[in-house]
Amino acid sequence: MTETIVVTSGKGGVGKTTTSASLATGLAAQGKKVAVIDFDVGLRNLDLIMGCERRVVYDFVNVIHQEATLKQALIRDKRHENLFVLAASQTRDKDALTQEGVQRVLEELGKEGFDYIVCDSPAGIEKGASLAMYFADRALVVVNPEVSSVRDSDRILGLLASKTRKGESGQGGVPAHLLLTRYNPVRVESGQMLGIKDVEEVLGLPVIGVIPEHESVLMASNQGVPVILDEGSLAGQAYVDAIARLLGESRPMRFIDAPKKGLFKRMFGS
Amino acid sequence: MGILDFLKSRPKNTATIAKERLRIIVAQERSSRNTPDYLPMLRTELLAVIRKYVHVDLDAINIQVERDGEHEVLELSVALPEHKTDTTA
Ligand SMILES: Nc1ncnc2c1ncn2[C@@H]1O[C@H](COP(=O)(O)OP(=O)(O)OP(=O)(O)O)[C@@H](O)[C@H]1O
Ligand SMILES: [Mg+2]
Repeated sequence: MTETIVVTSGKGGVGKTTTSASLATGLAAQGKKVAVIDFDVGLRNLDLIMGCERRVVYDFVNVIHQEATLKQALIRDKRHENLFVLAASQTRDKDALTQEGVQRVLEELGKEGFDYIVCDSPAGIEKGASLAMYFADRALVVVNPEVSSVRDSDRILGLLASKTRKGESGQGGVPAHLLLTRYNPVRVESGQMLGIKDVEEVLGLPVIGVIPEHESVLMASNQGVPVILDEGSLAGQAYVDAIARLLGESRPMRFIDAPKKGLFKRMFGS
Repeated sequence: MGILDFLKSRPKNTATIAKERLRIIVAQERSSRNTPDYLPMLRTELLAVIRKYVHVDLDAINIQVERDGEHEVLELSVALPEHKTDTTA
């Protein structure tokens, strides 16, 4: 059985591509056969985060328009032989994606014995985003603790429930998990940033993982190595935990508390 | 630094404001989520008609689609201004 997971958010720049790269890599590290697809046609980025940008010959749109075979377009990861990247096209626009084409590619990946297909959605609610979620079995909604991101994720939750195959066929929509990223415990504690409970209460869904805001994410993207592979990174470790929970394990949340400061320090400067 | 200054210097808790605002807007958007696309247009056109006779604001008109078992019911309510109705037109 192949499981298709869409990583989506509505709002841009919240960490979808970072999450897709780490999710795909984390699943592959557990021996699963994984394909990760960039649906952000015209603004390809997943290849950079995965570190395979110089090996893109054919892309997702080429396969959809049958200008290349799926085998030709899948880029094998350097670090995991059971992980493949399907890059977005840089030159076409979003309309180059068709529902039939996307369905055909997903079905072919299923026949090839893939365990997981991770779909990295573009921002917004237009064609690329709606096709990325349409065939999903599950959704990971990436949300930042910030008003516009929270509101946009609620919009996305609505679309997952109705404008998807599972929504249209009366199966109650695509089951969704919230992933809270770019979380800053210090700012939450000082009342400047929404906390985990706040986001859960507003959206009415539990958070499956909390990824702290951390410089290691930028460093990982600089090098083209998904942050989950950086064992010293708090964000990387938080991704490991989140994936374990996604697979059914229960793990306590880590890195969600601000480092303790004494009263003295709080009163007389940091 | 005195205790008063310390309390004053603490940043305002803006997160609670954010949460309250989100709670309201999300509830409002959810309630209008599965309603027909023509509702906003219908509302504007109704407003134009009503305004020929009474002066009301846009938010005085409340349109909702309610599920009642098998049926969908279009509920319309207009809050008229309290003072004497002014008949323009
Ligand atoms: N946990 C984090 N800590 C610090 N920086 C982060 C974190 N997650 C993401 N970022 C940074 O935020 C920026 C946006 O991340 P990313 O590209 O993954 O978002 P996106 O949702 O895919 O954006 P888009 O909507 O444009 O596709 C990047 O610069 C990334 O390095
Ligand atoms: Mg992206």
